[in-house]
Amino acid sequence: MRNELRKFIIDNFLFGRDSVGFSDDDSFLEKSLIDSSGVLELVGFLEETYDIAVRDHELVPENLDSINKLLRYLAMKSTEDKEDRLAARAVS
Amino acid sequence: MCGIAGLMRFDGASADPDLLRPMIQMVRHRGPDGVGVFTNQNVGLAHARLVIVDPASGDQPMHDGTRRLWITFNGEIFNHIELRDQLIRKGHRFNTRSDTEVILHQYQEKGVDCVHDFNGQWSFAIWDSERQMLFLSRDRFGVQPLFYTAHNGAFLFASEIKSLLAYPGVPREIDRIGLDQIFTFWSTVPPRSVFKGIQELQPGYSLTVEGSEIKTQRYWQLDYSGVSDGSRPTEAEEQSIADRLLELLADSTRIRLRADVAVGAYLSGGLDSSLISALTRQFSSAEMKTFSVGFEDAEFDETAHQEEVGRFLGVERHQVRCTDQDIGQVFPNVIWQTEKPILRTAPCPLYILSGLVRENGYKVVLTGEGSDEMLGGYDIFKEAKIRRFWGAQPDSRVRPMLLARLYPYQLNLQMQSPSYLQAFFRVTEEDLSNAFFSHLPRWRLTSRLKIFFSDELQASLRGEDPYKELEAFLPKNYFGWDPFCRAQYLESALLLPGYILSSQGDRVAMAHSVETRFPFLDHRVAQFAASIPPSLKMKVLNEKYILKRCAQRLIPGSIARRTKQPYRAPEAKSFFTAGKARDYVEETLSPARIRKAGIFDPAAVQSLLGKFRQGTAIGIKDNMAMTGIVSTQLVVDQFIERMGVQT
Repeated sequence: MRNELRKFIIDNFLFGRDSVGFSDDDSFLEKSLIDSSGVLELVGFLEETYDIAVRDHELVPENLDSINKLLRYLAMKSTEDKEDRLAARAVS
Repeated sequence: MCGIAGLMRFDGASADPDLLRPMIQMVRHRGPDGVGVFTNQNVGLAHARLVIVDPASGDQPMHDGTRRLWITFNGEIFNHIELRDQLIRKGHRFNTRSDTEVILHQYQEKGVDCVHDFNGQWSFAIWDSERQMLFLSRDRFGVQPLFYTAHNGAFLFASEIKSLLAYPGVPREIDRIGLDQIFTFWSTVPPRSVFKGIQELQPGYSLTVEGSEIKTQRYWQLDYSGVSDGSRPTEAEEQSIADRLLELLADSTRIRLRADVAVGAYLSGGLDSSLISALTRQFSSAEMKTFSVGFEDAEFDETAHQEEVGRFLGVERHQVRCTDQDIGQVFPNVIWQTEKPILRTAPCPLYILSGLVRENGYKVVLTGEGSDEMLGGYDIFKEAKIRRFWGAQPDSRVRPMLLARLYPYQLNLQMQSPSYLQAFFRVTEEDLSNAFFSHLPRWRLTSRLKIFFSDELQASLRGEDPYKELEAFLPKNYFGWDPFCRAQYLESALLLPGYILSSQGDRVAMAHSVETRFPFLDHRVAQFAASIPPSLKMKVLNEKYILKRCAQRLIPGSIARRTKQPYRAPEAKSFFTAGKARDYVEETLSPARIRKAGIFDPAAVQSLLGKFRQGTAIGIKDNMAMTGIVSTQLVVDQFIERMGVQT
């Protein structure tokens, strides 16, 4: 997943020019990797690749602004999904 | 308007008319009605004429009656009637009705200081055979283009760069620093051009060549000294300012209607062009024609507003409707005119519009350009005001909420969460004290396009700082001006001549032999506007407040109250149809051509192309990158590899 996310950032926002270099903790905003349309592209990628729905209140830099933040966010979404499924089973 | 070219040899050789003819031939689109060439010993002047004033006797190059002075002139001196009367009272005698002859006589009276008395738009060269001096001048805002270079014992000048490149041996090479500046500021920093060794004569400057010495001298500049946002005019003072501004604008429009041919107007449906059309209507008894651009794409279209103004003023409306395909099709022809890379496609619809003007038998149009710079209309001013307001209280939760009012037409931005909006427009203490505060977000975003530069170009630019040349270009007192005025100056001195009046103005209009005139750029209007407190230009967040107050009785109320919609056009998607790039895009962006030009990285360009083919390039940055890369490659193809447009 980490490599997949890095590849998406490098392909889409650096156009393959990975010599620019960024660590897993580097802020996409501070590194000027991402702009307003970039956020939308990133969300589209996450939803399509990981089959999740990014909710409006989750559209914040705290969730999306570095590789490590993305990994934490995706892990949280995965847990949330499991809990949702369990809750749905309990109700049914 | 017309096209001019000329040369002065330093090496004692005679000026060869056979070298001048190819130069003037390159700008025949600027003057299809006739060509004249004059040579005298080591000096040659050439002229391509577009007949607007004094059809019978205004041919050029023209002499002063004694043959001591000769001139080649492109443009208009709108106050030539008043100057002529003054000169006649002083004993001058005239052989023509033209403004050209007035320039010569004013030069006889005042020498190089004659330009202070001109109200107009011009670039000209006077050969003073008695002083053995060549004197060049360009108008205050750079409406008319004028380029020069020195090569192989000769000083060369012309309206367009292509004329200079037609002179034998003039090097054809991209100026990498000029290119770096375009990919930062959207324009080169004058006098630099994007061609190595070729300079533009800066707006508000004159130039003399005596012997082999070339000297430039500034004769005018905008000055915001003593203007402060702190002043709060009373209601009566406000009304007085609005009345005076309207009076000046009316007179500026009146003298800009002087011509021996019919004068029309561009009508966008916004405040500026509507007001100019209304003022034109007041002074013109003849039926008035307006010309507008409409877009198939509703996101950009202002047809409803144009119709409303047209009905209100009772003018005859003509409109050209542009599609993405139209823009993609004319783009190479537009680059042949702009002679520099551009990052937006907006000049293309205006190129098509000037064709419509010409088809209707018109040669002259008035436009509303210059208003946003002089009177505070651009969104960048609003953005800077909000960011500065927030920066003063960075912990405020309420102040950054104003960011949501920025750029209502940019959907990508409107879809952002408040925390992302704050992140995009974040203000640091360091930025607040930066003299370019207003423009930093735009320039930083644009600079990101340099990721496409080749490794070689990036390496050669290491250590170059585009901001240093900009600092040196600015007047010394700039740094003490009110922040709003500084932002206005950056727009007026950099982007106005470097893009709005050139790539989006004169060059695409003159491609179809159409002259554009700008009432907001009358220096009396500009100087008065500079003295107006910023609080009346943008009252809280109401842009061009004082102009709206002037206009309210002259145009429909709904137009006067409209929030500014900047003129925009469909961007780089115009280069593609159903995921396939146009042939010229495929060719100029092929890895082989990219490698040969050496400016961009072939793999990165292919990656960007892929994004567009898939339809996933949705942002401003990707669009600017594609337009910038295609236009740069076309400049290389059209001016360095060969001369001309490949159709």
